[in-house]
Amino acid sequence: MQSAVIVFPGSNCDRDMAVALETVSGQKPHMVWHGDSELPAGLDVIAIPGGFSYGDYLRSGAMASRSSIIKPVIEAAGRGVRILGVCNGFQILTETGLLPGALMRNRDIHFVCRDAELEVSNNATLFTSRYAKNAAISIPVAHHDGNFFADSDILDRLEDEDRVVFRYRSNINGSSRNIAGIINEAGNVLGMMPHPERAIDKKHGGTDGLALFESLLH
Amino acid sequence: MKVRIFITLKDGVLDPQGKAIHHALESLDFAGVNDVRAGKLIELEVDPSVDRDEIDRMCNKLLANTVIENYEIELPQAAREKAS
Repeated sequence: MQSAVIVFPGSNCDRDMAVALETVSGQKPHMVWHGDSELPAGLDVIAIPGGFSYGDYLRSGAMASRSSIIKPVIEAAGRGVRILGVCNGFQILTETGLLPGALMRNRDIHFVCRDAELEVSNNATLFTSRYAKNAAISIPVAHHDGNFFADSDILDRLEDEDRVVFRYRSNINGSSRNIAGIINEAGNVLGMMPHPERAIDKKHGGTDGLALFESLLH
Repeated sequence: MKVRIFITLKDGVLDPQGKAIHHALESLDFAGVNDVRAGKLIELEVDPSVDRDEIDRMCNKLLANTVIENYEIELPQAAREKAS
């Protein structure tokens, strides 16, 4: 599995993401700088990691989603390359328009940093096939702007099309309909606020994130 | 010329920051505040050749996220007169 991790100024989960991808695939991901205007050839997976790209200036993910590497990322998404955006990566994907909605300030204003209990609402995706349907999993979250917002038409559509992939079992940040992760219409772009790459080793305190990366291999 | 862009959350979009500010005002014993909404002001110093349509495109492409935000463009008086 050929993968790449996009690195922005202020990314801070890029190396964790690289470790997770290498752990399951045995292949080192390409680390791609935001200022590049081309991606390496033959990629199967592109990860947009967590962090605080550009210090969250203007809006979380706003500046990163206009950087030069994003154009080839959008083109790759159109060719069916799998794109995984975690935390700031999810914010960036909504800002590019690859995913609908927006991630707003958490309902209670506080930065939320804890393990989040999730439900795998759709295990028939390229990212979740190794989970059982409705599996209860525990994955760390760490964010200030994780409150998923979309208008009710978009929310209805996401639910009707089974595009809500992860839900919080209790609503920790005010997200509409407990949404923690969604997928695009074509099924190859996933955005999620929880950090699966922080739950792939017993030493992390849990390994519930591993199945997501294993799913990418199949 | 100086252009000011006011960015506000759309009606119906919850504003946790506005809520917190409201609570803080109440805890300082200011009475009679019924609601608070927080937004941003962006000031651009632009060439006179930059017209409203161009600024509109800037807002749509970057300055505002129209999923959740509205924006309002304020041109200096002279530019407003020229445009009308």
